[in-house]
Amino acid sequence: MGPSNRLPVWGAAAIVALTLALAWWLIPSLHSSSSGAQVADQFPNDDFPSTYKPRPSKPTLIRGATVLTATDKEIGSGDVLIVDGKIEAVGQHLDAPQGAVVIDGKNKFVTPGIIDIHSHLGVYPSPSNEATSDGNEATKPSTPEVRSENSVWPQDPGFTRALAGGVTAMQILPGSANLIGGRSVVLKNVWSTTTQGMKFPGAPYDLKMACGENPKRVYGEKGGPQTLMGDVAGYRAAFAKAAAYRASWRKYWKTKAGDPPDRDIGLETLALVLDKKIPVQMHCYRGDQMATMIDVMHEFGFRIAAFHHAAEAYKVADLLKKNDICAVMWADWWGFKMEAYDGIPENIAMVDHAGACATIHSDDPIGIQRLNQEVAKAMAAGRRMGYPITRAHAIAWMTRNPAKALGILDKTGTLEAGKMADVVVWDHDPFSVYAHAEKVFIDGALLYDRSNPKLSPRSDFELGQEQNGHTGGAGQ
Amino acid sequence: MRTPLFKLLTIGLSLCAFGGAAFAQPQDGQARMATLIKHAHLYTVGSAGTLNDADVLIQSGKIVQVGANLAAPSGAKVMDAHGKPVTPGLMVSWAPLGINELDLVAETNDSAPNQSLDSAAFDVADAINPNSSLIPVARIRGVTRSLTTPVDCGDVFCGTAAVIHLGQGPDLIVKRQAGVLAELEPNGGSGQKNSRPDIWNKFRETLDDAREYWAQRAGYHRPGGSRDQRSNRIDLDALGPVIQGKEPLLVHVERASTIRQVLQYAQTNKLKLVIMGAGEAWEVASELAAAHVPVVLDNDLNLPFSFSDLGATLKNAARLDAAGVTVVFQPQNDDPAHYARTITQIAGNAVANGMKWDHALAAITKNPAEVWGIADTYGTLEPGKDADVVIWDGDPLEVTSAPTAVFIKGVAMPMTSRQTELRDRYRDLAKKNPPHGYR
Repeated sequence: MGPSNRLPVWGAAAIVALTLALAWWLIPSLHSSSSGAQVADQFPNDDFPSTYKPRPSKPTLIRGATVLTATDKEIGSGDVLIVDGKIEAVGQHLDAPQGAVVIDGKNKFVTPGIIDIHSHLGVYPSPSNEATSDGNEATKPSTPEVRSENSVWPQDPGFTRALAGGVTAMQILPGSANLIGGRSVVLKNVWSTTTQGMKFPGAPYDLKMACGENPKRVYGEKGGPQTLMGDVAGYRAAFAKAAAYRASWRKYWKTKAGDPPDRDIGLETLALVLDKKIPVQMHCYRGDQMATMIDVMHEFGFRIAAFHHAAEAYKVADLLKKNDICAVMWADWWGFKMEAYDGIPENIAMVDHAGACATIHSDDPIGIQRLNQEVAKAMAAGRRMGYPITRAHAIAWMTRNPAKALGILDKTGTLEAGKMADVVVWDHDPFSVYAHAEKVFIDGALLYDRSNPKLSPRSDFELGQEQNGHTGGAGQ
Repeated sequence: MRTPLFKLLTIGLSLCAFGGAAFAQPQDGQARMATLIKHAHLYTVGSAGTLNDADVLIQSGKIVQVGANLAAPSGAKVMDAHGKPVTPGLMVSWAPLGINELDLVAETNDSAPNQSLDSAAFDVADAINPNSSLIPVARIRGVTRSLTTPVDCGDVFCGTAAVIHLGQGPDLIVKRQAGVLAELEPNGGSGQKNSRPDIWNKFRETLDDAREYWAQRAGYHRPGGSRDQRSNRIDLDALGPVIQGKEPLLVHVERASTIRQVLQYAQTNKLKLVIMGAGEAWEVASELAAAHVPVVLDNDLNLPFSFSDLGATLKNAARLDAAGVTVVFQPQNDDPAHYARTITQIAGNAVANGMKWDHALAAITKNPAEVWGIADTYGTLEPGKDADVVIWDGDPLEVTSAPTAVFIKGVAMPMTSRQTELRDRYRDLAKKNPPHGYR
């Protein structure tokens, strides 16, 4: 079945009705795809469309707080004004619109919402058991056809805990068993019965790929890859096939002669990667392996947005800077396997110091609750080696930089007028172990309030479990 | 093996007075020297409490005196703490520290018994590697002691723990046979370990066997002696101190009902019980307190990872502590050896969630010293104790703080590790010569 057959009835009706208004959709250079409808001469790229709608919000002025904008700026006694779900203004002595909720920010800190660029919430949820382990399609080494969004369980209690840690958006990735693990999805950290209801509107898809030991460990005795060279051969074979697939479609689109080529869901994803419409999020610990993947990237013309778990990024930070690739790192994880042996606490600070894009990540349902502390540790490690890192700068490691690596920096990741009001109010300096996220706003809506149990979402799973009492999921 | 003499020497030079002695006689030379730490904000964790602007005198590896305006003996090294916090060295518990270099490199990982039977005799003391790279990584962050344990288990019983110090020298063992670890949680997958009654029966039977074996042990060892027990002789031997109530039985359990069950069993059989993990321990807090049973936990684990810990909460430690239970912290549970340095963060987060600060510090110093039976030599800054002393650059439980000096048994530790050497090798990427491999 060719893509042209995928036009649903309602989509056809809509296009007929809105032909003039939507004419620009049909110009490929302006737009990559339509919502649920196949556009001529394009691979579809929005197959499970977001149904997320911001929750109702009130105009809100947070007044007199220490504001870390994530644009290298700290405003003492600063104000943040939220109107219609957007950041209206950031500054000092702002006026509250009529009827606005005014929050006294004295002794409080305000930051953008935290973005965890590497999470498996929902695909490896709590409780963890065979029935809920949906993160690795470890049936063959290359599975570009799968998508983490089809595995996400929106009732994972981990989402609520992350919200209490100030996390407003996450990239949910397939695991790293496979060379090519499938598409990731970017979610807003909002309670929803469906995954589509959490999908970050307008966020691009990404493709998860993995370097190194994991694919070897999983497939070494099952037909390979068994070696690092087998890993690399696997990526190249997959992209060579995708290039041929793309060429066959381009030929068909150009000539419209004969039947369209057979649709292959996995190759379609890889073709979009080759088109640079889907960036690659590459699990890669070692510096030498990052360099190899940069060569593969140039060979096939795709884009690696970030190296994840980049334990040795500090050894190749100059190369990352040159190729505009972010390093996604833990503050101090190391040594759980050979390729993690050289992880050091100064990694993030050293990558940042070299001028490359440095980003924290959790990869963990406990760690995601305290990314502010992880950044604090990385900042302190950098300061101890003599780098004058301000908190105004370090805040970007968990907000602006992950937004950049996910292609959503135009929408969130900093406190700047016009952006989504994804905002956290902290009761202390967020770079303290004693700090709590007091209030978390997503698109201007107050979705978590530490002092109000009614504003603390709970997963269906935790309802009626005797031990949990009435403590509220997010603050558990 | 290759001894890094050159590095020891350069480290010694940078530390001035004690470095040269360290090179000649790493333990004895330094330990005999006196060190006076002046102007400390001193958390003794002992009966003296917290002392502002106090001094600590260290000599022959021991704390000799604590108080204001102490006089330096002649030849003593004097260090000014400038009002910064000074604490006892920290202790991690329930970590394979010293027996595991890389989790997934099997020949470096001695933390998992490789047998399906009970393995109480699996003794971590037989595997401690004083040259493990994890030890300096942990100690430059203030960790000076570890209750080293296996992490995986045979069938119910996992192995025998040991207390080690994290100083230098060929023998780090402070105390052998510091307790036996058992696993009572079903571990998922298929097989008998899914059923609690099966697990419980094996647990009971092995301990019954151990009692029967020890009652007639002399007879068994006589020529022609015999026994009729399921378990291996060496495992029954290892359980001797546990069934006699001399050393603790460490039981990993999460669910409240199973905690109650093991609590009752331990009381009936006069065992010295320590509960490990225990996401739902707070629900049993008053019973644990009444029975004087301590709890060892990573308090950050607030998710229902299984149906056994649906009650998991960040308030676990605070509630246990408030009820009078002795709390001991484990570092980040998923890899407590590599992440031994997270012990301060775990304690800090417990404070952020309601535990008293002083109690949280005790949970990584004095409490483990008492629970693991080494409180006569370690755990507080009091005269007569081993001089495990840490000078901090800020609040020791704060994530941005770090030690500026660490003493173990009176010896100043080099503030370097494999990680600081990697850092220093790559800190100047722009400089191309000499190549990094020559730095």
